Amino acid sequence: MVCLLPRASRRPTQLARRRSMFAPGLLSLAMLAGACKKDEPASYSTESKGPAPVAKGPLKVAFTYVGPVGDAGWTFAHDRGRQAAAEKYGSRIATSFVESVPESADAERVFRDLIDQGNQLIFGTTFGYMETMLKLAREFEDTRFEHATGYKTAKNLRTYDSRTYEGAYLAGVVAGSMTKSNVLGVVASIPIPEVIRNIDSFTLGAQSQKPEITTKVVWINRWFDPPKEGEAAQALINQGADVLLQNTDSSAVLQTAEKAGKLAFGWDSDMSKFGPNAHLASAIINWAPYYERAIGEALDGPWTTGQTWWGVKEGAIDLVSLSDKLPPEITAKVAELKAGLQAGTFSIWKGPIADQSGKAVLEAGAVADDEYLHGINFYIKGVEGTLPASK
Amino acid sequence: MTGTLALLFASSIDAGTAVALACLGLLVNERAGVINLGAEGMMLVGAIAGFATTVHTHDNLAGFAAGALAGAALALCFGVLAIWLNTNQYATGLAVSLFGMGVSAFVGVPYTQDSLGERTASAIPILSDLPWLGPALFRHHPLVYGAALLALGLHVWLFRARTGLVLRAIGESPETAHALGYPVQRIRFACVAAGGALCGLAGAYTSIIYTPLWVEGMTAGKGWIALALTTFATWRPLRALGGAYLFGGLTMLQLHLQGQGVNVPSQVLAMLPYVATVLVLVLISRNRGLLRANMPASIGKPFYPGA
Amino acid sequence: MLRIESRGAPSRLFAHASPLIAVAVTLVLCGALFVALGHDPLRGLGLFFIEPFRSVRALGELAIKATPLLLIGLGLALSFRANIWNIGAEGQFIIGAVCGGRVALAATEDTSGAVVVAIAIAGALGGMAWASVTALLRDRFGASEILVSLMLVYVAEQLLGYLVFGPWRDPAGHNFPQTSLFASTTAIPRLVAGSRANLGLPLALGLAGVFWVFLQRSHQGFALEVGGLSRSAARYAGFSSRASIWIACLVSGAMAGLAGAIEVAGPVGQLTPHISMGYGFAAIIVAFVARLSPVGVIFSSLLMSMFYIGGELAQSRLGLPKSLTLVFQGLLLFALLACDTLIHHRVRWVPRQRSVTREPASRAKEPPEPERSRG
Repeated sequence: MVCLLPRASRRPTQLARRRSMFAPGLLSLAMLAGACKKDEPASYSTESKGPAPVAKGPLKVAFTYVGPVGDAGWTFAHDRGRQAAAEKYGSRIATSFVESVPESADAERVFRDLIDQGNQLIFGTTFGYMETMLKLAREFEDTRFEHATGYKTAKNLRTYDSRTYEGAYLAGVVAGSMTKSNVLGVVASIPIPEVIRNIDSFTLGAQSQKPEITTKVVWINRWFDPPKEGEAAQALINQGADVLLQNTDSSAVLQTAEKAGKLAFGWDSDMSKFGPNAHLASAIINWAPYYERAIGEALDGPWTTGQTWWGVKEGAIDLVSLSDKLPPEITAKVAELKAGLQAGTFSIWKGPIADQSGKAVLEAGAVADDEYLHGINFYIKGVEGTLPASK
Repeated sequence: MTGTLALLFASSIDAGTAVALACLGLLVNERAGVINLGAEGMMLVGAIAGFATTVHTHDNLAGFAAGALAGAALALCFGVLAIWLNTNQYATGLAVSLFGMGVSAFVGVPYTQDSLGERTASAIPILSDLPWLGPALFRHHPLVYGAALLALGLHVWLFRARTGLVLRAIGESPETAHALGYPVQRIRFACVAAGGALCGLAGAYTSIIYTPLWVEGMTAGKGWIALALTTFATWRPLRALGGAYLFGGLTMLQLHLQGQGVNVPSQVLAMLPYVATVLVLVLISRNRGLLRANMPASIGKPFYPGA
Repeated sequence: MLRIESRGAPSRLFAHASPLIAVAVTLVLCGALFVALGHDPLRGLGLFFIEPFRSVRALGELAIKATPLLLIGLGLALSFRANIWNIGAEGQFIIGAVCGGRVALAATEDTSGAVVVAIAIAGALGGMAWASVTALLRDRFGASEILVSLMLVYVAEQLLGYLVFGPWRDPAGHNFPQTSLFASTTAIPRLVAGSRANLGLPLALGLAGVFWVFLQRSHQGFALEVGGLSRSAARYAGFSSRASIWIACLVSGAMAGLAGAIEVAGPVGQLTPHISMGYGFAAIIVAFVARLSPVGVIFSSLLMSMFYIGGELAQSRLGLPKSLTLVFQGLLLFALLACDTLIHHRVRWVPRQRSVTREPASRAKEPPEPERSRG
């Protein structure tokens, strides 16, 4: 759903013109605020209600989401970022969003409509929009496109992503110290490198506390499917996992853990309220720093293409809402690791690291670079099972 | 290992309860000769009604009641069209399904962020500590036991009670029942409402107990599975219960197999429950005698009391 | 009180008017819904009924959305007429897309444009093969085609997922679950520059004509219809019900498969796990709203795609949730079913009679003795 701020259909350069637009602007704002209020969940505020458009006209920024804003996970995190940026830039920008845009041929229609409505900066927040955005970027050279988690760029299309594996590692450290059965579980979504990397990083973090830990993985092949996520969590619990991580977008895993008396983490957003007893911490993505920077560049220049990958250092990833259950030395350890990541003195993927067969995939002392990290498609030692449909 | 098996058994029962409840409701419908394809829609409206009510009242029972009412209300729309106006039952059922899916998603938009607060696990005091049986059988939510008791009760009612016999008679030949003086349409209405209530209850169970969240389309095809199961069970309640648990078991089994590291692609494992359903359908249907002996003869056929 | 009486003979007026009345009723209900949500009903309805026709591009989008609905709807109309309830067109669509996609993957930039024909045929054959499972199980074992075809939808979805995650995954695709993009020669030729509409539309329209001829003028079409209306009459006339099952399933499967192939070789250009957009299920409504007539399917597929596109626009312009489209579709089907009863029945206002007449006339003829049964 969308909440549009009053749009400037023209660019009034004089006060007189602005006054005449005031009334219709107010009316549309009222209508849309009414629409927003009915549809938005009450638990968080709608975006900034800036004053009527300024002389130059606000920059129209649009966001397309693959899921509903209320998923409390991936899309929710993006929308929080959007709201933060909207608040920061106030009347200089006018943000809007469309949710539940499928990753299919229909996406093109939505993007085209957004371009038609005058949006000049468009964020596509899931991988599946890649081909569509690339195609439209070539056609509409004046519009700027930003694609999350993709890998194709163009002059006016750039990509951005977050180092979720850092959050997974930090969660692993906590998990390793809190597990009693020494079996961890991960409810995984789709076997792409990012998710595999997260599973591996989670295991590495746990192994730093207890080397004998093993991790079980269940793939549900969907990003967002709460009933399936819950069932997968239950299956992991049934097989002895007592601390769960997820790479999926809802709070079902946490809630299942809560019901079963086990422990789990929140993912993408702070999910502590969904499982007060089970929640250990939430590995969140904070898109605000990136969105603020990207919009700032679009507003004031220079906006250049490229690929951005931000983590704890830039404030994009964090482990928050650490539970009171955690012993103080663990809380301190997490803080220490975060500081290390921020300073650049600590690297997660530093050898020696071995894969399931025992073969060294990273030599002792070697530090993995971004290219290596992008290509991870193996399980490390300690992760049980085989990667689905690996070639 | 046995511990895991017990837990798998328990999870199968939990997973199968929603399907079982819906299936029992549909069974009552079909025994009366009415086929309501709108199970999915009724489950979903039940789910959102139940969830929303529980969010506001913090009372699970109120949620269940609301879910049942919502399902029954939608079923009554179906009844008006299919029983009173004698529209095509299959098409009407489909319309109910679609409408229910849309309405539930629509109404549920403000609730996608809500949680139901602290959940407590249920356990029967002494029995749940038994070594294998405890975790397998005695740590379920009361509604799970309710579904099993309902199946038993329906079995007794359908095959031993006079009113159950009347219902079966209506399903076999409504014209004869009508000639005997039974208000066929009214009874069918009641069955449709009851079936809808059970489907709604199944949905409420899903959204309040099983996965305490609201997500649009969260029943993910369970309504259709329940429809398949009525045939699978040859319209007998106890078999329906067993079939539902079996289906739940297959769903959980494929997830367990993944966790065990079985080297079969997860998608192939995910096909298991559906392929199994088809196989059993074939096995049941190939024995035409078995099918004919059990299937209510007037399913799907319009009934004209005046004719 | 209102009484529903049988007309005796179906009313021709209502047979034609009923879909129009149903659409009108739906419009009114939709407008009321918009008002209830705090939006201008005219603006809301305009998004559904005017915006999609605004420009060449918009018309192209309408065509793109309507083509698969039209194709599948034609097949389903035929199948439902024969009383074979192929609910699993969605699965046949997916398998058709998979087969068409396989052919497309084999093509390179140097392949001749005729590969498009191969893709279409591959899609149709794939859909046919998938539907033949349903036909076989119904024919040999009497298994309900509703349930079998529906279960096969889920199986098809998983199969697609397996293929794009595994053997057919794009090696240069960073392990993302999708195939490589099809070579440009495989793209279904566009109709007009500036819109995405492609040859699929004229093909579908042409096929509508073929179906009309088949159903209205051919012997086998007649046999199918009779079989659908009355099995015993068909048997008496010597029409094979087995042939009906197979024809209905294979034809509707082929159409769905064809639609799938056109969809992936047209607007999408690759195989991903998300190619199925629920067309197979929407086409069921399309077939019904069209009252199972091939010509009607043309109009109802346009109507349905207007609902889809309007729903998207309502989402992006008015902030209304996506589920509104489903609500409207359900309402339309309800309205249609209710209006259809007017064809065979008339509604009459009857003043309350003093004598007890619970059920219509025939009951009054029964001997007035106390009820024996405990109804």
